[in-house]
Amino acid sequence: MREAVIAARRLDLVFQTRNGPVHALKGVDLEIGRGEFVSFIGPSGCGKTTFLRVTAGLESPTGGEISVNGMTPDQARQSRAYGYVFQAAGLYPWRTIAGNVRLPLEIMGYSRERMAERVSRVLDLVELSGFEKMYPWQLSGGMQQRASIARALAFDADILLMDEPFGALDEIVRDHLNEQLLGLWARTGKTIAFVTHSIPEAVYLSSRIVVMSPRPGRISDIIESTLPRERPLGIRDSAEFLALAQRVREGLRTGHAYDE
Amino acid sequence: MFPCVPNRATRLEQGGKVRRGQCPDPPRFAGRCMPLPVASGPKPPKGMDGDALSRLFPILTVLAALVAVWYAGSVWMNSGWTLAQAERSGQELSLSEIVADAMVQERPRLPPPHQVLAELKKTVIDTKVTSKRSLVFHSWITLSSTLAGFTLGTLVGILAAVGIVYSRTLKMALMPWAIISQTIPIVAIAPMIIVVLASMGVEGRAVPKAIISAYLCYFPVLVGMSKGLRSPDGMQLDLLKTYGANGRQTFWKLRFPSSMPYFFTSLKIGVAAALVGTIVGELPTGAIRGLGARILIGDQFGNPIMIWAALIMAACLAAALVGTVAGLQRVTARRMGFSR
Repeated sequence: MREAVIAARRLDLVFQTRNGPVHALKGVDLEIGRGEFVSFIGPSGCGKTTFLRVTAGLESPTGGEISVNGMTPDQARQSRAYGYVFQAAGLYPWRTIAGNVRLPLEIMGYSRERMAERVSRVLDLVELSGFEKMYPWQLSGGMQQRASIARALAFDADILLMDEPFGALDEIVRDHLNEQLLGLWARTGKTIAFVTHSIPEAVYLSSRIVVMSPRPGRISDIIESTLPRERPLGIRDSAEFLALAQRVREGLRTGHAYDE
Repeated sequence: MFPCVPNRATRLEQGGKVRRGQCPDPPRFAGRCMPLPVASGPKPPKGMDGDALSRLFPILTVLAALVAVWYAGSVWMNSGWTLAQAERSGQELSLSEIVADAMVQERPRLPPPHQVLAELKKTVIDTKVTSKRSLVFHSWITLSSTLAGFTLGTLVGILAAVGIVYSRTLKMALMPWAIISQTIPIVAIAPMIIVVLASMGVEGRAVPKAIISAYLCYFPVLVGMSKGLRSPDGMQLDLLKTYGANGRQTFWKLRFPSSMPYFFTSLKIGVAAALVGTIVGELPTGAIRGLGARILIGDQFGNPIMIWAALIMAACLAAALVGTVAGLQRVTARRMGFSR
């Protein structure tokens, strides 16, 4: 296995709520290697988003260890190790698309020339060149989400944490963006951790699929993808793809993910 | 209007090749889908020529109704004096005589609109603005105090809101007093403010009036801004956290711009409150200048026409102030890209 950029050992996270403690994560062991595309799939409450938030230092684990690029999540954030893409695009309505992508660069104190250069490069990467001066409301939902991906890429972090970024989009746009994301991954070689609810999306995108189950949130199966890295959309009808999807579905079932 | 985030106008996907989200219920013309305007909430119509009249019509209708009620009220309220006079001299009056008399009394209970207008013409247009009889002069006195109080109140309101949003201690320490301050009648406090300031050696009434005005005006700004500065959701705050943004950056890049819609809404309430504060500040203090003083003098000398003229001036002033804030709001909204 390649050098691990994200390494979690016996990771626990317990939220104290009014109705007693909630085990969001229990004994999670996982290593993600450089350049991998790892999907997290599972029902609501299985801790997949929590794992991403712990990785980003937005939540603190109550037990176990996690390192990002060999550092704590907080140090990793200070060294701009990762970009985070949320479920909603969350673009500022008072900033243009270029202004939104520029936001992290302004905060990190880039010079004006470097900002302009990076903004145009990442907008090109997500195929939004020419939309710099538009406001978010002038763009479709899919384009807004692409702009938010560009924003996460702007400061050249080598890890991309994506929390159901396409969850709110319709299937047609979603397919298109999945294809684009694969292209982007191939071109940039970034390490991507991707949370999703969709089995086909997980199988289509990932080099590895982490199946999780709830109460307590834990990993119930890890599936290595046998698909080639070059994946046209049509691959989703191949026997290999369907077999992988079947394994994911079984993983979800044995993890009692369907108990409701 | 200041729409928060207009609906996602789903257009021009892929550089204009594919159009999505168009025509949810398309108006059809010759069997073809008519392009809809970008749907983003109500917007002022662009072409004013035809629309101006249709927009003016409801306003004029209400105005006409108000004037009619006013005239009817004048006849009804002023007829008492006419009838009493007639009874004393043993005269019988017809309805038309009563109405005619109600329109021209020197000290009517409710002066009819044309008498108020005549007074306004006399004191606004026919009198030199430097004269103490000019309503423009008195309006200026009131306006300058209002603007000073509004500026002071807005600054205090914003600073207090920032303190409350960033410090739990300040929130618990300030907020109850802010609320209590608004439950005390301003007429009770105004004389005290003047006495205290006078004993501190502050000459004249301009400063105390501005403080009274600020006292009324800071509260809506405080409430609106503390809500507005808190309006960004958890996700937006988390996003800035992942960039390692500090408190100052979070304030200027996110909290402050997010609060703008709330800010202008509270400014509209605040500027009206500041005007009321100034006028109230002029009432119980023996002021001889300003619209409040005109109302007081009109009352003392039994001159309702004077009171009503001052009231109308105050209403015009309030409309102008709120209108100015609304204009600023529109300009800001356009510059911030909220509407286009």
